[in-house]
Amino acid sequence: MTKELLSLSVNGERHTVAAEPHHTLLEVLREELGLTGTKHGCELGECGACTVLVDGEPVLSCLTLPAQVRDREVTTVEGLATGERLHPLQTAFAEEGAAQCGYCTPGMLMSAKALLDRNARPSREEIAAAIAGNLCRCTGYTAIYEAVEKASARV
Amino acid sequence: MSELSVVGRRLPKVNSWQHLTGAARYADDVVLPRMLYGRLLRSTHPHARIRAIDTSAALAHPGVVAVVTGRDMPEKMGIMPSTQDETALAVDRVRYVGEPVAGVAAVDEDTAFEALSLIRVDYEPLEPIFTIEEALERDDVRIHDESRRANVFKEVHLAFGDLDGGFASADHVREDWTFFEGNTHAPIETHSAVASYGGDDKLTLWTCTQVPHYLHRELEKVLGISRARIRVIATPNGGAFGGKSDPFAHEFAACLLSMRTRRPVKITLDREEVFYAHRGRHPVLMHLRTGVRRDGEITACHLQTWLDGGAYASYGIATTYYTGALLTVTYRMPAYKFDGVRVYTNKPPCGPKRGHGTTQPRFAFETQLDKIAHDLGLDPLEYRMRILQPPGSRTVNGLRITSMGLGQCLEAAGRATRFSERHGQLPRGKGIGVAGSAYISGAGLPIYWNDMPHSAATVKIDRGGGVTVYCGTSEIGQGSDHMLATVVAEVLGVLPEDVHVVSGDTALAPVDLGSYSSRVTFMAGNATKEAACRLREQLFAVASEKLEVPTDRLAAAFRRVYDARDPGKGMSFVEAANLAEARYGVLSAGGSYRPPKGIGGDYKGAGVGPTPAYSYQAAVAEVSVDVETGTVTVDRITTAHDCGRALNPVNVEGQIEGSAYMGYGEIIGEEQVFRAGLHKKPSLLDYKLPTSLDTPALEAIVIETVDAEGPFGGKEAGDGPLNPVIPAIANAVYDAIGVRFDETPITPDKVLAALGKRDKRGEPKERVGPDGLGSTGKRDPKAALRRLTFGTEAREKKRDATTGALVESAPGGPGPEPGTPPVGSR
Amino acid sequence: MLRLPRFRLVEPRTYAEAARVLRDEGAGSLDTANGTPSLRVMVVAGGTDLFPNMKRRQFTPEVLVSLWGVAGARGVRANGHVEIGAGTTLADLATDPLLRERFAALPLAAASVSTPQLRNAGTIGGNVCLDTRCNWYDQSLFWRGAEGFCMKTHPQVVCRVAPSSPRCLAVASADTVPALVALGATARVESASGTREVALADLYREDGIRYLSLARDEIVTALTLPGEAGWRSTYVKLRDRNSFDFPIASVAAAVRVDGSTVTDARVVATGLASSPLQVEDAARALTGSRLEDDAVAAAAEAVHKAARPMDNTSGTIAQRKRASRVLTERALAGLRA
Repeated sequence: MTKELLSLSVNGERHTVAAEPHHTLLEVLREELGLTGTKHGCELGECGACTVLVDGEPVLSCLTLPAQVRDREVTTVEGLATGERLHPLQTAFAEEGAAQCGYCTPGMLMSAKALLDRNARPSREEIAAAIAGNLCRCTGYTAIYEAVEKASARV
Repeated sequence: MSELSVVGRRLPKVNSWQHLTGAARYADDVVLPRMLYGRLLRSTHPHARIRAIDTSAALAHPGVVAVVTGRDMPEKMGIMPSTQDETALAVDRVRYVGEPVAGVAAVDEDTAFEALSLIRVDYEPLEPIFTIEEALERDDVRIHDESRRANVFKEVHLAFGDLDGGFASADHVREDWTFFEGNTHAPIETHSAVASYGGDDKLTLWTCTQVPHYLHRELEKVLGISRARIRVIATPNGGAFGGKSDPFAHEFAACLLSMRTRRPVKITLDREEVFYAHRGRHPVLMHLRTGVRRDGEITACHLQTWLDGGAYASYGIATTYYTGALLTVTYRMPAYKFDGVRVYTNKPPCGPKRGHGTTQPRFAFETQLDKIAHDLGLDPLEYRMRILQPPGSRTVNGLRITSMGLGQCLEAAGRATRFSERHGQLPRGKGIGVAGSAYISGAGLPIYWNDMPHSAATVKIDRGGGVTVYCGTSEIGQGSDHMLATVVAEVLGVLPEDVHVVSGDTALAPVDLGSYSSRVTFMAGNATKEAACRLREQLFAVASEKLEVPTDRLAAAFRRVYDARDPGKGMSFVEAANLAEARYGVLSAGGSYRPPKGIGGDYKGAGVGPTPAYSYQAAVAEVSVDVETGTVTVDRITTAHDCGRALNPVNVEGQIEGSAYMGYGEIIGEEQVFRAGLHKKPSLLDYKLPTSLDTPALEAIVIETVDAEGPFGGKEAGDGPLNPVIPAIANAVYDAIGVRFDETPITPDKVLAALGKRDKRGEPKERVGPDGLGSTGKRDPKAALRRLTFGTEAREKKRDATTGALVESAPGGPGPEPGTPPVGSR
Repeated sequence: MLRLPRFRLVEPRTYAEAARVLRDEGAGSLDTANGTPSLRVMVVAGGTDLFPNMKRRQFTPEVLVSLWGVAGARGVRANGHVEIGAGTTLADLATDPLLRERFAALPLAAASVSTPQLRNAGTIGGNVCLDTRCNWYDQSLFWRGAEGFCMKTHPQVVCRVAPSSPRCLAVASADTVPALVALGATARVESASGTREVALADLYREDGIRYLSLARDEIVTALTLPGEAGWRSTYVKLRDRNSFDFPIASVAAAVRVDGSTVTDARVVATGLASSPLQVEDAARALTGSRLEDDAVAAAAEAVHKAARPMDNTSGTIAQRKRASRVLTERALAGLRA
């Protein structure tokens, strides 16, 4: 049980944290940085709940070691809004009922943000492909498509 | 309600924002000072006696603080008071692989995990029982010593109307065997609980539960401390679907470990453990015999169900009744007989999953109706429209029907999909199918007998115009917090965003029985409405004096109280509230709801089935079958659902779509299956939750029948819409390839086998499904079956056939009698 | 939360350094004390295969040698032939314009691996070395303990799939491998004692345990595709869901066409044995043909004959055996001009 210091850039802030070397980015975000917005549903890469962005690309924080993102920028759901301004995805998800229980939502938002950042006007097929690594058990995905489409019109 | 200011509007849920910013605090997000981390040791045997447990090495492991075992809390518990057969952790005996045996608390989770391997359990393996047939037959192997006969957990027999006459007057009688495979809820959030026992000798438990009140009761019983000193806080559930509505081992273990260490203890299950916690859809074998006249009118119906309950009771007694209770509420049925048997097997306990117990017989019934329509040359949708149970009626088993929108649902779904012009007309490989269904808006009776309300709420207005509603409901993603805010806002004339919701906290909120059986909108909605109406009376009384307008002309909306005939004449909500507080003192009122009496029959067993209002729904599924690979693709599901009134259409549509998705998953690939008692697929890779690239296009159509007793006319929307999807898909597959699937799931291998396209040559088959009791298991069940049938008939002789009656199975049960025909023989 | 076992992480900056670390740490010594054969030193690239296996305690290495710090490991370089750095992500491959134009099977295969998130982390080097898979093996420590373990982790125990089998029957499941083999790829393999090039097909063995003909201190550092003109290729995959899932049968096919006549062909199936199956009889059936129905049927029959699925993945033996034929027909039909 020896922790090691590591430096991480998360949501635009530089953090120095002490963490055990075998702890994943997911565990460090939640347990060392208190960023519990990132969720976990399997810890094996089989659900997508723990999705965060690394340099803008969605990855599974449960299968990532902090060492892998040492010199890169990590974005979590807590970093989606800008100051007091919510991201259009957040507003659209609320309006369309795209978050029911809300548990897959942080990961889903991250995948959707990565999509809109590279493709501002995605088709429904492209949205479905972009969130194909995020299981949602509540919505049947329909409201999520509608929300992403709505947000895309506002970005 | 001539005008509604909030109800019916597409507003964001009041609790959305915390979900969307990562601020929502789910159970596993709770972190407390000095908190320990727990893990559970689980049985590696399906059935064994525990000779001894040695925890000394685990306790000596650095970082381990405490270890508890079943003997530390041996009190029997379980969600249904009449069938409590579980203990928090196994005592002396384990009954399924994955059953919790011991709990460890350590300074971190790594250490707790390591310590599990240091606990030595000495097991003496016992012969396991895995199938319904074995469970019925094996008198010599008892999973529970208390079972009266073999491994039968519950046997139910009900009959109504003139069954023999009904069948005699039928022009056509169909008999079908159907098997519904078990499956599980798989919410994305795994179960998690944090317990904190403080220096004040009070225990607080944060847990993702659907039933904080029932859990509260069981904690008192098992832990032996007064409920007055226990506080249960239901955290936002990251999905539940029935899977978080039992009291669970990790909840008790966290509490006891906290009591022993005087430190907070968190136990979060990993994904595999959730498959063992289960309480999901029962595998059910069914035999359904239905008589119809030439025009399709049903003359009699006899349903037999055999439920594979797994190792413990859970809600099983209710589930057993539910497999029979609701078959009568959709279509006219003058005579009905129901025989249900639930057995114990050495597998994780089954319980309630969305549609609780009604999903399986609905599959059997609606696929059979499709066959009857085919036999009689009728359009399956128009046929259903012609035989509808009327609104404002009683069913043959005594259930009161109020609003009834199945006809509108069938019509709307049929119109949207051009069903009748396409059914039977699509090219080979393409198909379209329809089915109808119904569900309850909460059960008519609570799970433990009492005369208290099923739901209660208090509402408080503060001097700044803020409104707080307190209610014991659990927010599981269904939108109950928003529903409470909507009802209060509508009555008091404010906006949902002005309302603070305090829910699921046994110390702060009045009791609501929980978020199960789709009861919350109807029951908590009515309780909350009553509380808010009491406050509105006070507001109107003072406003009436001040404005010199009679109270019956006053209205409240958009944060004003005003003269409905002259809306310019009024005052702000805050002003009215301040005047009222000056007059009455604190502005706080309570309301409660209990379902009316007389909504069901008065026979024994009539407690399951009644509800203040039934929801109705119809689904049309469109499928494509790849006849070379056997893959079934569902292209579109259109579901029309009668929810009475949509308090928030966004949420109602979300429930309809989510139900369609879940039903689709159940028939296309999800299955909770075992090999020698070991779960074959305990992961989200192997248990196939549909992804965005699999899920069909989903269309939701909201039908409003405005129920006279529902809050603003509302009924349920959370469970019912799942039910018709499954038979609609099976019926569509028949339309596509001419093969009847009388079992779930419809997998590619079964499709190929039916089409004769496997490599080990097979003849094409017209149907895939069971042929009777025994076809799903290895053993010949005939002997057990004869015993069971004989027992059934012996008891029936004592029963008044015209009113219908339930007779409990007799202790011991009579022996086999030669010549008694097996169940289901013609 | 399911957590990784403890390990020591070494992060070399070059392949040479990585190779040296592997040698110095004694990579490859098999430790079967405790009954759990733990590879003491292991290489990790994206971690998408290794980390889940470690969390399930299929491996509990003491030392992990990462390749994510190796400079220049990622990228697709064309120079007559095409060289793909082993650190190139599956997402990069799926979208690479050059590959999509000339080596379609590879980006199709890469795009079919699991999920977008996983493809952003998973590398081609890792996918080529993907552990073989089996329903009795890809389970937690608890589950395998309840079952009694299997040959793959406990050599003294039987194969659970076929108890009489003398060898482990775990299944080759990497999507990119059949595509790469069909495209004639070679692999560059580096170790402390030097570098070698090997035909990718020769990297695999029909053995679920020792499925790679690599020494434990060797690292796959690059893959090379030949620059010959005139090839068309594709990849067709069967799985339960259109995301997340490993292939339960899949076929990569490549044909070289002159005019409309096939002058050379390679057909490779996976998910149907412990190694990728390059079916020479299928290639022979196609060579000289114009991909007419008879030739395609003959090639599909050859693949069908070679496929020997066992009951240890999702789906069933009959379904997957049949799929080997259907997928071959569909792949080849897709290669008609």
